[in-house]
Amino acid sequence: MMVELKNVTKVYGTRKAVDNISFSVDKGEIVGFLGPNGAGKTTTMKMITGYMPPTSGTIKIAGYDIVEQPIEAKKHIGYLPEVPPLYLDMMVEAYLHFVGGIKGVPAKKRREDVERIMHEVGLIDVRKRLIKNLSRGYKQRVGLAQAIIGDPEVLVLDEPTVGLDPKQIKEIRDIIKKLGEKHTIILSTHILPEVSMVCDRVIIINRGKIVAMDKTENLSAALQNARRYFVKVEGPYEEVVRAIENIEGVTNVEAEIDQDNVVKLTVESSADKDIRKEMFFAFAKKGFPILELKPLGYSLEEVFLELTTEEESYDENAGNIKEGA
Amino acid sequence: MKMLEILKRELRGYFFSPIAYVLVGFYLLISGYFFSTFVLSTHYAVLSPVLGSMVTVFMFVAPILTMRLIAEDMKTGTDQLLLTSPITVTDIVIGKFLSAVLVYLVALVITFLYPIYLKIYSSPDMGPVISGYIGLFLIGVTFISMGIFASSITENQMIAGIIGFALILGFWLISWLGDVFTGRARVIFQSLSFFDRLNNFQKGIVNLSDAVFFISVIVFFIFLTIRVVDKRRWS
Repeated sequence: MMVELKNVTKVYGTRKAVDNISFSVDKGEIVGFLGPNGAGKTTTMKMITGYMPPTSGTIKIAGYDIVEQPIEAKKHIGYLPEVPPLYLDMMVEAYLHFVGGIKGVPAKKRREDVERIMHEVGLIDVRKRLIKNLSRGYKQRVGLAQAIIGDPEVLVLDEPTVGLDPKQIKEIRDIIKKLGEKHTIILSTHILPEVSMVCDRVIIINRGKIVAMDKTENLSAALQNARRYFVKVEGPYEEVVRAIENIEGVTNVEAEIDQDNVVKLTVESSADKDIRKEMFFAFAKKGFPILELKPLGYSLEEVFLELTTEEESYDENAGNIKEGA
Repeated sequence: MKMLEILKRELRGYFFSPIAYVLVGFYLLISGYFFSTFVLSTHYAVLSPVLGSMVTVFMFVAPILTMRLIAEDMKTGTDQLLLTSPITVTDIVIGKFLSAVLVYLVALVITFLYPIYLKIYSSPDMGPVISGYIGLFLIGVTFISMGIFASSITENQMIAGIIGFALILGFWLISWLGDVFTGRARVIFQSLSFFDRLNNFQKGIVNLSDAVFFISVIVFFIFLTIRVVDKRRWS
């Protein structure tokens, strides 16, 4: 177990930023930390890295308690905060040497390490440039390089791709994936595709609480107990809708006119019934050709919305009941 | 040894930017002016009045020299690097403190030219010169420790500078209270007086108690700084 949180709570004044969360991360895992802004992602990461102690609960890094044995625990962590902690008045190479120094990399090894990491992250061309003159993307790379120095087993990356352009985002993600081969990584993000692209496991956090925690593929499968299809059919709108609603097992239909005489449908059915054949025959009988038919999974985005908006929809129901009474 | 890394970085911060040059330059310009005008007007081969004026100049320089030391890290977020690295807060604070002390030392060493000039053209009594410099160094470092403390309590450098100056001035003026009161209060305020203790050094008297006094004040403010940096994370 590389990282272990037990009943961790953080209270700012009277507000609970993180409320009794527990999870652990195994060696070599890439875990995505997902949640809307203000959910407690950054606070949790600050506690894991020892920047601030939890109000209650324990955090262990590679077996060392971050509050009781901070120096030992911190030797195993590389941290990239939301805003990379850069000394703007330093040159890239000098800055990385400095970081190596405070992380306790012996002077001899430091030179090699900095050289290797600059290659890995793609900083060789800018090694003699002042950090303040670098673009956002390069600054982020320096931030990543800084986290890797000293070869810590655990990397904690807070929104590593935020504010970058699409090309830079891809580059940084590729670097992270490569790093994932050797390191245990906890990364936070509010961009969902990032999680499914990079992470093995997802922890979804909302209002300081963990609302879901599972393997990335399981999580999107979790909400797939309904089958959904996208269908494009040529034919008059009303007749098409009537034909599909008559099929047994269809639970929900959303229809929309695409263009003249073409209807786009999103059809849901119960999980135990495959309605594709019936759909085909129903439309064939009417003489409406199917132009397109594809199954729809729930994207992680929808899972996320589902999980983080649950409370609100509950409130709405409560209101309805009152009205009914 | 990680403290040395902090020290090196801070020195880089001072000397790779105009800060150190502007401050040391300003310090030398004003003290040089005091030295020249004093020597030319009085024709005395004595340094202690000049050293006294140099203390006053450094009262203004010290807060500016130290105001960025910790406040800047908090402002730019580099404190996140320092506090999540395997290095103690004590090492961080002492490394930063020593960097400012070294800048001050550089300025002081350059002013050694004044006694050297005196020695060349006259035969000054070197005893008070040496003890005067010891006093000058001790009080300067005391100002620096107050400045770094001020820098730790806010992330705004400007405010850190003003608080630092207020602290230095406040302690400097405590000696006046000694003259206001009588009896025990007078003794207490006089023993806290920077001014009287510095005077001893300039007269050529090196008291262990005076040196211990300054060192205690320095240790006290460094300790406070470490506590403040450490404590803030718990709030």
